[in-house]
Amino acid sequence: MSATQQASKVLPESRKITTVPRISDRVFRGIVTAGGLSTLAILALIAFFLVFNGFEVFRSEGLRFLTGFDWVDAIPEEGLVASYGIGAMLYGTLVIGTLAVIFGVPVAVGAALFLSYYAPEWIRRPMVVVIDVMAAIPSVVFGLWGYFVLMPHAEYWAKLIHKYLGFIPIFDMPAPAYSRSPFIAGLVLAIMIIPIVASISREVFAQTPPDRIQAAYALGATRWTMIKAVVFPYGIGGVIGGAMLGLGRALGETVAVYTVLNLAYDIRIEILLSAGGSVASMIVNKFGEADAVELRALMAAGFVLFIVTLIVNFIANAIINRTARKG
Amino acid sequence: MTTLSVSPRKPWRPKVGRLWPEILGAFFTAFSTLAIVAVTPLKGRLGFSLTLIAMAVITSATVSWIRRDRKAALNSVSTVFVYVAAAFVIIPLASLLFEIVSKGAVGFSFGIFTKDMSLTSADSPLSEGGLLHAVIGTLYVVLLATLISTPVGFLASLYIVEVRGRFAGVVRFFVQAMSGVPSIVAGLFIYAVWMIGLGNSYNVVAGAGALAILMIPTVARTAEEVLKLIPNDLREAGLALGATQWRTVAMIILPAAKSGLVTAIILGIARVAGETAPLLLTLGGADAINLNPFEGNSSALPFYVWKNYSLGNPESIQRAWLGVFVLMIMVFIFFSLARYFGRAKGANR
Repeated sequence: MSATQQASKVLPESRKITTVPRISDRVFRGIVTAGGLSTLAILALIAFFLVFNGFEVFRSEGLRFLTGFDWVDAIPEEGLVASYGIGAMLYGTLVIGTLAVIFGVPVAVGAALFLSYYAPEWIRRPMVVVIDVMAAIPSVVFGLWGYFVLMPHAEYWAKLIHKYLGFIPIFDMPAPAYSRSPFIAGLVLAIMIIPIVASISREVFAQTPPDRIQAAYALGATRWTMIKAVVFPYGIGGVIGGAMLGLGRALGETVAVYTVLNLAYDIRIEILLSAGGSVASMIVNKFGEADAVELRALMAAGFVLFIVTLIVNFIANAIINRTARKG
Repeated sequence: MTTLSVSPRKPWRPKVGRLWPEILGAFFTAFSTLAIVAVTPLKGRLGFSLTLIAMAVITSATVSWIRRDRKAALNSVSTVFVYVAAAFVIIPLASLLFEIVSKGAVGFSFGIFTKDMSLTSADSPLSEGGLLHAVIGTLYVVLLATLISTPVGFLASLYIVEVRGRFAGVVRFFVQAMSGVPSIVAGLFIYAVWMIGLGNSYNVVAGAGALAILMIPTVARTAEEVLKLIPNDLREAGLALGATQWRTVAMIILPAAKSGLVTAIILGIARVAGETAPLLLTLGGADAINLNPFEGNSSALPFYVWKNYSLGNPESIQRAWLGVFVLMIMVFIFFSLARYFGRAKGANR
């Protein structure tokens, strides 16, 4: 008895069991949390600084900044007041973005279907690499290629379209100027958004339950009826999300559009005419010789572009995430 | 001793005898296309390809309709369109690569990597001057952007996957959205902070800051995918041995994910190496080598391409293509490295 008492005296004190993290862990979590939240901070800072610098323009122009058509510097000697409006540029951005989606998404979805259900293995692997490579090509390269290589062809196509479909208002031509039109910019942007739309569509198609596919075949479906009955209902959300992600890319594209699009401060519905608009290209175009006041207007334009692309991306990602979880 | 070997049969494969409608159809498509292009005013590559597509659709639909039914015809038509779509993806890329090599390789020589443009005028022949200043500028900008964006990107991915804090979902969502921020906006932001706000002039650090903003989402998202692939057993084993979370992450998770994390960095570099718009607003441009990243105007390959394209005379257009050629070589090197490291442990995707 006394021996055990003796022993219990030298037993070490039992370890304190606690759920409180050690100091090292607290520091670690603090740093990681700070790093994680810094991404949010960067986005907030971008918005803040652009608004801060563009505030005067927002205040003086008001809603006219979004709807106005002119971009005029003040000329005090002639009593001309500065007036900045990006209405035409916003409209032009939407036009070329829509054209890019119309041209690019069917091709990208077709290519994704090809890769998922038609292509044999020896063609599938290299083509996946090809699409990845396309996504890595810088936009200035697309710009140069679009201007020097694609445009001569595209002008010819535009002439043909005008010749045979000219009675439709959007293909009308008030003047024979076919180069650097929204049509050509749309084509270049379409090629640029194909990789992202195709790879997201492919990811979504890959999540189609294989048992449903086999069931459709077992019931005598052809490949196309199987795709219509099984793949599209499952993947349509993801495809729409991918298309919107592509639209977001197209709206913010700067350099490639700058080389193949002629900026005109006017709203025109003729897409083959050499007069279009793009907020991002306008910023680069005006930035070089901008004075302090015009720079503020450019910051404000950048803020509008930032918000528009952010919203498009939010919606796109929300749709894609939901579809991905469902699958 | 004789061994009996049975060659595998594939009963589902159509026999050659049953393939004759397809073969005939293909021949008919080709000949009718040639005939139509020869007779009608449709001309050139465009006329030929449109006729070919139309004839392929008509022929394959007719053949399947005769052999089976309307649904088979529809299937054939959709097959033709899917193949055409795949071709439409390949054609621009093939043209792009062909033009880059044929136009860019003209002036390519060792000399361009030893000289800058400070003593060369825009319209002097390609044998004079070089793009060393642009290559150095690009290396500087990309290196600094990597130094800025890698810690932030990795910490964001660790926050999403390892710490799983209260805002993990929000951070993940915003990082996704951040990858859609237009590059020109990143440039404007840096200009607003660095030039207007802090009163600095153009320099390499500003360009690197703008590129870092574009690089963070790529690094963070790839790193997140990589960390998610690390088996949970490793985390539990670390904790069961009494390691703190910090030790588990630093000693077990990160070493296990090393090759994938390298891939994340390289993919980020490949993403920003060719960015032009933000550099136009932040670098200022120069024709001479600038070795000081903290002071003075500088150039970069995309900037060099842009400037020579804007000058517009034949020699500088050639220089622009040369710059594109060198830029694409750099991007492809990064890209191949990323694929190599990604494949090494299969940690990528």
